[in-house]
Amino acid sequence: MKRILSSLLLAVAAVSMTTTAVAETPEEKGLAIAKEAKARNTGWGDSQADMTMILRDKGGNEAERIVKVKSLEVKGDGDKGLSVFEQPRDVEGTAFLTYSHIEGNDDQWLFLPALKRVKRISSSNKSGPWMGSEFAYEDLSSFEVEKYDYKFLRDDELNGEKMFVVEMVPTYNNSGYSKTIAWIDQEHYRVHRIEFFDQKNDKLKELNMSEFKQYLDKYWRAHRQEMENVQTGKSTTIIWKDYEFNVGLTEDDFNKSSLKRAR
Amino acid sequence: MPENNTVKFGRFVISHPWLVILASILLVVATTYGARFLEIKTDYRVFFAEDNPQLIAFENIQNTYDKADNAMFVITPKEGSVFDRETLKSIHWLTEQAWQIPYTTRVDSITNYQHTWVTPEDEDYMLVGALLCIPDKSSNFDSECEHESVSEQMIDDLSDAEIKRLQDIVLHEPQLVNRVINPDSSVTAVNVTVQLPQDPDLEGLEGKAWKEKKTEILTAVTKVSEHVGKLQSELIERNPNLEVRLTGVVMMNNTFAETGKNDMMTLTPIMLFLVIPLALYFMIRSTSGTVASVIIIIFSIMGALGGAGWLGIAMTAPMFSVPTVVATMAVADSVHLLVTFLQGMRHGMSKQDAMVESIRINMMPIFLTSITTVIGFLTMNFSEVPPLRDMGNTVAVGVTLAFIFSVTFLPAMMMLLPVKVSDKKSKGHHWMDSFADFVVNKRKVLLPVMAVISIAIIAAIPKNELNDEFVKYFDESIDFRVDSDYTAENLTGLYTAFYSIDTKTGSGIHEPEFMAMLKDFVEYAEQQPEVLHVQSYTDVMKRLNKSMNGDREECYALPKPSLDKGCNAVLLEDGEVADLDTLIRELTAQYTLIYETSLPRGMDINNQVNSDKSGTRIQIALENLSSVQVLNLEDRFSQWFEKNAPAMEISGSSPAIMFAHIGQNNIYSMLKGTAWALVLISLLLIFALRSLKLGMLSLIPNIVPMAVAFGIWGLFQGQIGMGLSVVTGMTLGIVVDDTVHFLSKYLRARREKGLDKEAAVKYAFHTVGMALTVTTIVLVLGFLVLGMSHYVMNSHMGILTAITLAVALIIDFLLLPPLLMLGGKKLKDKVAN
Repeated sequence: MKRILSSLLLAVAAVSMTTTAVAETPEEKGLAIAKEAKARNTGWGDSQADMTMILRDKGGNEAERIVKVKSLEVKGDGDKGLSVFEQPRDVEGTAFLTYSHIEGNDDQWLFLPALKRVKRISSSNKSGPWMGSEFAYEDLSSFEVEKYDYKFLRDDELNGEKMFVVEMVPTYNNSGYSKTIAWIDQEHYRVHRIEFFDQKNDKLKELNMSEFKQYLDKYWRAHRQEMENVQTGKSTTIIWKDYEFNVGLTEDDFNKSSLKRAR
Repeated sequence: MPENNTVKFGRFVISHPWLVILASILLVVATTYGARFLEIKTDYRVFFAEDNPQLIAFENIQNTYDKADNAMFVITPKEGSVFDRETLKSIHWLTEQAWQIPYTTRVDSITNYQHTWVTPEDEDYMLVGALLCIPDKSSNFDSECEHESVSEQMIDDLSDAEIKRLQDIVLHEPQLVNRVINPDSSVTAVNVTVQLPQDPDLEGLEGKAWKEKKTEILTAVTKVSEHVGKLQSELIERNPNLEVRLTGVVMMNNTFAETGKNDMMTLTPIMLFLVIPLALYFMIRSTSGTVASVIIIIFSIMGALGGAGWLGIAMTAPMFSVPTVVATMAVADSVHLLVTFLQGMRHGMSKQDAMVESIRINMMPIFLTSITTVIGFLTMNFSEVPPLRDMGNTVAVGVTLAFIFSVTFLPAMMMLLPVKVSDKKSKGHHWMDSFADFVVNKRKVLLPVMAVISIAIIAAIPKNELNDEFVKYFDESIDFRVDSDYTAENLTGLYTAFYSIDTKTGSGIHEPEFMAMLKDFVEYAEQQPEVLHVQSYTDVMKRLNKSMNGDREECYALPKPSLDKGCNAVLLEDGEVADLDTLIRELTAQYTLIYETSLPRGMDINNQVNSDKSGTRIQIALENLSSVQVLNLEDRFSQWFEKNAPAMEISGSSPAIMFAHIGQNNIYSMLKGTAWALVLISLLLIFALRSLKLGMLSLIPNIVPMAVAFGIWGLFQGQIGMGLSVVTGMTLGIVVDDTVHFLSKYLRARREKGLDKEAAVKYAFHTVGMALTVTTIVLVLGFLVLGMSHYVMNSHMGILTAITLAVALIIDFLLLPPLLMLGGKKLKDKVAN
C-alpha cells in the first residue's frame, strides 16, 4: 500500500513537472519520466506467460520459437527470469535462468536436457542476438533506471496518444547501442516505440509495441512486440499469451536445481 | 548535275547554313539535356540481368543468410609477426574502428574471433569471448571483458606465454586459418561485412524519400570506400610497421567506377584533341574541315550520352568507352564528305557546287555504312550483359547522330568557314596504283598464300580460353588488382563459392547424418586443388563439442563420431538407446542454442545457419581461377551433391560463379547475334550491290577478318572475357564498310565503264584504296587509344577491334581482289547481264 501511495505521489509529481516545470533541464525531465515509468511498473511480484517468437529473414522465410517465461521481481536489483523452450522441437525442455544485475555481468545458466546438465555461461556480452532473433539480450532484460542516462527530447503523438520522446544512453558496459530513443505515453507511462542506434549512430532497429493489457489494475503489458532491423531487413515478432500474475513463484523456482525440473 | 532529292537536300543545306547550324545545336541541346538522368552505377551486379539465374540464386542465399558484400583490410607487418603486441594493438584498433564504416553489419578479425572454452576449475562453466579476452576471462569468472573494452595496456600486459597460447588457438581454428590469417602468422585480415542499400529498397517509396534513398544508393559505395581508405592511412600512420592493402567486393565496385571515370578523363581528351585532329589534318589538310569535324564528333558524343540518359541507361564501366568509340566512328563520315568536297574545289568547282556534289556522291555510301555500323552495334542487344547492351545502343545513337550532323551541320559549317585548297597532289595514289598492279600480277600466288596464312591463323582460335575473372578486369596499374593478387597469393581468395544446403526441415542441420554429410563435403572440397579454405558449421560444432566435454582434445569432433571417444557419454548412460540419432540431434541443437546465446552483436551465426536451422551456408575461398576452372569445379561439386546428398536442396552461387557463367552464355548469345547481323547485312549488300553472287562473296571478307583476329588473339593473348564477345558484332558493321566501298567501285567499273575484271580491280584500288587505308588507320588508332584503358574489358575490346580492322583491310586488298578475278566467266556474265 505504501508503495502504491508513493508511486501515486510520484506520478502526480511527474505529471505536474511536465506541465509546470520551467527550470527543469531536459536531462532531469528525462530521468523523471524514467523513474515514473519504473515506479508504475514496480511491485508486480511474479508472473508467467507464453512467448511466441517469429523470426523473419530478408527473403521472407519464417521460423518460430515458443518459450514459457517466468519472472520474479527483485527489489533493489535486476529481476530473475526463467525461460523454458517448448519449440523448436529439438530444444524442448532447454531452460535458461538469468539473474540480471544493475551492475556487472548478469548470471546465466542453461540446462541442456540432452546432456542432462546445467551449464553456466559467461555473459559479459549483452549486445548479441537472443536465440538468433533481432532482439538483443539487452533488449529483453529488465528495465532499471540506473542503466541509462536520460534526456527528454520533445512531446509527440503516436497512434493518437500523447507521448514523451526520451533519449536513453546506456551506462552499462558492453551495450551494442550508442543510444536509444523511446516513445512513452503520457497517460500510463508505457513504452510504445524504441529506436535503437548502433555504434556509428546510424539507426539499427525499431521496436513497436502494441496490444496493451492491464493486469492487477495497474501493470500494463504489451502483447505484441515487433522488432525490425532496418539495416538487414530482418525482423522478429514476439506475441505474448496467457499472462498471469501472482502465481506464487519464489526464489526456489529460480535456482540451478529448479532448472532441471522447469519443464 | 542531276536534280534528285539528295541534290535538293544538299542545296537547301548550303543555302541556309545558319538555319541548319541552329537546328543542329537545338538537337544537340535537346538530346544532351538527357545527360542529367545519367547515374554512375558502381554495383558489380549491373553486369547481370534481373532474371539471370545465378544472380537470383545468389540473392536468395544472401537474403536467407547474411549479405557477404565486404571490404577487406589485408595487413602485413614489415617486421615481426601478426602476434607482436604492437600489431595486435593495431588489429584491435582497426577492428573497433571498422564499426564506424557506413553500413557495417559485421567485422571479423583474429582479435575479435569468438572462442569457446572451459577452465579446469569448472568444467560446466562455458566461457565465450573474443580472443583478446581469453586471458582475462580465464583468470576471472566475473570479467566483463569484451573486444571493445580491451585496452592497449591489457595487450601490453600479456605475457609471452599468453600470446603463445592465443597464437595456438588461432592457428588451430579452421575458421580462421587461410581466411583471416595465413599459417605463417605473417599476413592477417580484418574483414568488414557491409549491407549496402540497393534498388529493391526503393520499393514503396515516393517523392522526396525516394530521391533521398536513390542518392544514398548511388553514393553508398563511394562513402564506404572513402571511409575504408581513411582508416587505411590512419592505421599506417599509427603503426608504420604495417603494410595495409584493400580488397573485397566493395573495393571492386568502387574500382569499376573509378577506372571508368579515369578512362573518360584521360582517354577522351587524347582522342578528341590529339589523335583525331592530327589524323584528320593529315588526311584532308584543311584546318576548317578539321575544326568542323571535331565539333560534330563532340556533338555526337554529347548527343549519344544524353540519349543514353533519356533512355534511362546508367553509366557503367563499358559505357565509359562510348566517347572513344563514337569519336572513332564519326570520323569516317566527315572524312569521306570532306575529301570529295576538297577534291571538287581543287578541280576548280565553286565551294557550293563542290559541297553539293560531295553530298550527292557520298550520301548513299555514308548512309549505308552508317546503317551497317548501327546494325553491328545493335547486335550487342543479344548480349546477356546489360551494360554491353547499353553501350551498343548508346554508340548506335552516336553513330546515327554523326551521320545526321555530317550531312547537315558539317556542310553548313564549311560554307561559313574559310576553305583553302592546297594544290599539292597526294603521292598516295601513285603508291596505290603500283600496289594495284602488284595485286593483279601476283593474284595466282596471293590467293593460295593468303588463304593458307588465314587458315593457319584461324586454326589458333581454339587456343583462346573463355575467361571472366573479375579481378583481371583491371590491369596491374590498379591498386585493387595488385592488392587482390597479393591477397590471393598470401592469404585467401577473393573468388568464393557459396553453397546453401537446405534440408527443408526445421533443425534439420542437427541430424547426425546431415552433419556427417557436411563434413564429408568439406573434406571433399578441401581436397580440390583450387580450394584455399572452406568455412562450414561443422568446424563450429566440433569446437563446441570439445568445450561441452571439458575441452578434451579427443572430443574435437562432431557429436556422433565423438561417442566412440567417450565424449557425450551421458547419451549412452542408459545402455542401448532406441533412437540414438534423435538424441544426438537434440544434443546438437542444444549446443547450437547455447552457442547462439553467448555471441555478441555482429558475431552471430546467421551468416552460416538460417533462422529455423533447416539450412546452412558453406563459404569456399578459391584461388584465382579462370571461368572454365570455376565452371569445372562447380560441376564437380554438383555431382558430389547429386551423389551424396540427393534429398537436399542445394543452391550454389557467388560473384565468381556468376561471372563464369555469364562469360560463357554471353559468347553464345553474341555469336548468335553476329550471325543474325551477318544475314541482315548480307541481304542489305545483295540489295545495294544488286548482285546475289557478290553479296554472297562479300561474306568472305566480312567473316575472315574476325576469325583471323581471334586467331591472332589466341596466339598472343588467349583470354576472352565478356568485353571481347561483343567485338564480332561491333567490327562487323565497320568491316562491311570497307567491303562495300571496294565492291561498289569494282561494280561501277564493270557495269558503267565496261572494264574487265583486272582493270576493274585496279579502278577500285585507284578510287577508294587510299580512303580505305586512311580511315582504317584512324579507326585502328582510335581503338588503340581505347586499348590504353586500365579497364581490361575496354582495353582488350579496343585492341582486338583494332586488330580486326587492320586484318580486314589486308584481306580486302590481298584476298578479295584475287577472289574477284578468279576464273568465273559466270560472274562476268552475270554482272554483264
